[in-house]
Amino acid sequence: MSAHPFATTLDPGSSRANHTGAWRVERPVYAHGLPPCAAACPAGEAVRDWLYTAEDGSYETAWRRLMRDNPLPAVMGRVCYHPCETACNRGQLDQVVGINAVERFLGDEAIRRGWTVPRGAEPTGRRVLVVGSGPAGLSAAYQLALRGHAVTVREAAAKLGGMLRYGIPRYRLPREVLDAEIARIAALGVRFETQSCVDDLDAALREGGFDAAFLGVGAQAGKNAYVPAGDSAHVLDALTVLAAAEDRWPLRLGRRVAIYGGGNTAMDAARTARRLGATDAVVVYRRTRERMPAHESELEEALAEGVSVRWLSTIAHADRGLIAVERMELDESGFPQPTGRFETLEADTLVLALGQSADLGWLAGAAGVGVGDGVIDVDADLATGRPGVYAGGDAVAGPERTATGAIGQGAAAARRIDRYLSAVAGEQRDVPRQQPSAETPVPFGRLNTWYYSDAPAMLRPQLDAARRVDTFAEVVQGLTEHNALYEARRCLSCGNCFGCDNCYGVCPDNAITKLGFDADGQPRYAIDLEYCKGCGLCAAECPAAAIEMVPEPARDEPADRTEHRDAALQDVGP
Amino acid sequence: MTEITHRTASGVKFYQVGSLAVGNRLLPREQRAAQADPQRANTMISGHRACQGCGEVLGARYVLDAAMRATEGKLVVVNATGCLEVVSTPFPESAWRVPWLHSLFGNAPAVASGVAAALKAQGHEEIRVLGQAGDGGTVDIGMGVLSGMCERNDDVLFVCYDNEAYMNTGVQRSGATPAAARTATTPVAPGHPGNRFGQGKDVPAIAMAHRIPYVATASVADLRDLEAKVERAMQFTGARYLHVLVPCPLGWAAPSSQTIRLARLATQCGLFPLFEAEHGELVSVTPIRQQVPVDEYLRAQGRFAHLFADQAAGGRPDLVARIQAEADRNIRVYGLGGQP
Ligand SMILES: Cc1cc2nc3c(=O)[nH]c(=O)nc-3n(C[C@H](O)[C@H](O)[C@H](O)COP(=O)(O)OP(=O)(O)OC[C@H]3O[C@@H](n4cnc5c(N)ncnc54)[C@H](O)[C@@H]3O)c2cc1C
Ligand SMILES: Cc1ncc(C[n+]2csc(CCOP(=O)(O)OP(=O)(O)O)c2C)c(N)n1
Ligand code: SF4
Ligand code: SF4
Ligand SMILES: [Mg+2]
Repeated sequence: MSAHPFATTLDPGSSRANHTGAWRVERPVYAHGLPPCAAACPAGEAVRDWLYTAEDGSYETAWRRLMRDNPLPAVMGRVCYHPCETACNRGQLDQVVGINAVERFLGDEAIRRGWTVPRGAEPTGRRVLVVGSGPAGLSAAYQLALRGHAVTVREAAAKLGGMLRYGIPRYRLPREVLDAEIARIAALGVRFETQSCVDDLDAALREGGFDAAFLGVGAQAGKNAYVPAGDSAHVLDALTVLAAAEDRWPLRLGRRVAIYGGGNTAMDAARTARRLGATDAVVVYRRTRERMPAHESELEEALAEGVSVRWLSTIAHADRGLIAVERMELDESGFPQPTGRFETLEADTLVLALGQSADLGWLAGAAGVGVGDGVIDVDADLATGRPGVYAGGDAVAGPERTATGAIGQGAAAARRIDRYLSAVAGEQRDVPRQQPSAETPVPFGRLNTWYYSDAPAMLRPQLDAARRVDTFAEVVQGLTEHNALYEARRCLSCGNCFGCDNCYGVCPDNAITKLGFDADGQPRYAIDLEYCKGCGLCAAECPAAAIEMVPEPARDEPADRTEHRDAALQDVGP
Repeated sequence: MTEITHRTASGVKFYQVGSLAVGNRLLPREQRAAQADPQRANTMISGHRACQGCGEVLGARYVLDAAMRATEGKLVVVNATGCLEVVSTPFPESAWRVPWLHSLFGNAPAVASGVAAALKAQGHEEIRVLGQAGDGGTVDIGMGVLSGMCERNDDVLFVCYDNEAYMNTGVQRSGATPAAARTATTPVAPGHPGNRFGQGKDVPAIAMAHRIPYVATASVADLRDLEAKVERAMQFTGARYLHVLVPCPLGWAAPSSQTIRLARLATQCGLFPLFEAEHGELVSVTPIRQQVPVDEYLRAQGRFAHLFADQAAGGRPDLVARIQAEADRNIRVYGLGGQP
């Protein structure tokens, strides 16, 4: 401008000439922290991420995200003991997010709508043998098939699913659901052979021309704890009772059934006994309710169905129709000690639910595969001593034997096998070892929970207890779409941005711009370090702890800008 | 880049952060805050020289962006002397993207009245005038002209950004400085626990006493509430007054990241009630959502640190109790307790 108004000598300038970024001593960075739910999921599901996707109604995308880690969401949405929920930060705010219920909703929606997964890779020409079709074997087969390998699953039993079918009763897991999810794996090209027990690993690998194998043989043998019993006593193993119910063999249990043990298998055996006509199903357990290994919800459901429990009791002797029970007392260390006081319990059948161990005799001759202490020896990568042979699930020692853990191990082993196969093929020599994540999950205290709406959890409806005892119909019902969506939206998105725009809104320096959403639906923002003064408001007001303040990196050159704070602001003040 | 559109199929009324956060991808656009809009007016832009975490410039952008939206950009701003002016306009730079006039420390309401009169004389009544000042410029030196503006019912929305002292000149006490706060002119010394009790002015109440069309209080911690009040204010013609709490990290001696949290604690403990009044009568209050004792609010600020030293070292639980009584009174008088 040449002609200025009266008394004006300079053109108006913009404050953008003043690069206030030079003031900064800390800078905000968008973080992607590990949420407690995902950290706790034995199947390694990216829980927060698929919940986020489900929150805007994109159920199919959410399901596909979930399916990257777990091929059985409808099954696991029913039977998983959901350690994710136990860890969920929202529990410290009101109630945990019903992750498992949303998972089930997505799984059921997929079955209802017939969603399928495409193979992710071209056929590799490699052949892998999977022994056992329990969750470990199914998970491994699925992951290997996705990676283009030709997979054959050999299963000793007549039907597929392992303990999902022969252990977990129908009233918790309807078989149509299990069948539908297995069929989806078969549709990927996985070959299933039933009644095909592997009893010679070397022969099986040689004859089938396999390049690698996964052993997911589970733990089927009932543990034979010694219970003194008269000749005429009717004693059955819990797994026999459950398998009989599955295959509908005739089984004479009688009216009064005692179940010995305190785990989930005992609960399932007792509830199954009720459904098979037992009027009295009494669980005999040597310790107290607090110390029972069965999950609280399973105990409650059993009690609601008329199952009773004799706490602090061991079985001293079983005879026809009569059981001698000794009362116990807990010592200081919480261990039950006999008291010498005895009671009798009338029972037509005694069902032993004292745990399972793996039946691994057949592996004795397999070169390089070590078996010890009733489990297959594996290293941290789930590799046996024999190159290319991996194992997982109940057949290897784990912290807890669950279907979820089996799925996680099956998938982990499949990734190892995939790398092994490419290394053998010379595609990739170095096979890095698997490292458990060292990252600590985002703690509740880092969230700014002010911003979350108050929202009590949605409960899954249950079949009336009176109507459950004479039917194997499913007890726990699913959530409606409305409730599942609501439940997904209760997620706090611990550690990851969910697009609330708080950072964009609260920056006093306009240093944050909104970039919309990326192809994965993740919100994107950019921080302009030319102007960001590093005040930390964005980080403090981010509900989800998705912004971290990190020390400003040292500059290569000395700062060429001076601080622009008025002297008055610097040295006066309280 | 794709924008995720809202799905209404299920009729779920719950949106994760509801309307508590600035935006929310699950809400329809019109239900998000004006600040969530990528095309917001940004009346105040980067490069200004306010301190890190300044609540005043943040409050000003919140208010003015909302006013720009409400007036469709037909807005003139008159600004008193104070931090807001000093940090934004070191000649020849300006951080303003709105027609903006600097007045003096004490006369912004009068200048704003004059601008409104001039626009009216030119037949431009659709152009609205907003006057703004700090608490010193409003509560103390500007009090007389503000009262005149109200009495004449001039068509101005006057906004006070209350950071509870004269920050620009080094944190001197104003008529809005709370009791027991340490400032440069109310120092802490034996027998002198900061600013006196029982002094100062309640300017929203004074404005209400003028029976002007609209008076409201707001805070930088409750953006939706603040924007709704600016929007509402712009629906009236005549004198309107908005009093916004804007924490100052420097004067309150708190980390710069705590500005919004402090404003939130001020409302949640009851010391700073949020309300609206029309024609001199209270018409709505924003109820406390998560009540906290004043303790939590005061402890987070260096200007009250002397209240929490142990008793031997001069800690004053008796004064904390008096401040709590003040908060309790607000909760009772304004009915901030239960649901409205
Ligand atoms: C009654 C009961 C209830 C349970 N409830 C739950 C629950 O609610 N939630 C949960 O997470 N977990 C539950 N579990 C535990 C869970 O079922 C197991 O941890 C899980 O099934 C283990 O998976 P897996 O694949 O390792 O073994 P399995 O499921 O046991 O499958 C192994 C499969 O390998 C086959 N096989 C074995 N040897 C051979 C061979 N030589 N050749 C060919 N096939 C062979 C077996 O026939 C079997 O089908 C329950 C267990 C029981 C017993
Ligand atoms: C008549 C007059 N007296 C004193 C000053 C010096 N002065 C400039 S800003 C200011 C204080 C401003 O305080 P406040 O209005 O609360 O605004 P803040 O800086 O706190 O935002 C003073 C005293 C002045 N500019 N004019
Ligand atoms: S609130 Fe969401 S992200 Fe956080 S632990 Fe729970 S499910 Fe995971
Ligand atoms: S002194 Fe306070 S009001 Fe002034 S610029 Fe700094 S933070 Fe803002
Ligand atoms: Mg001030």
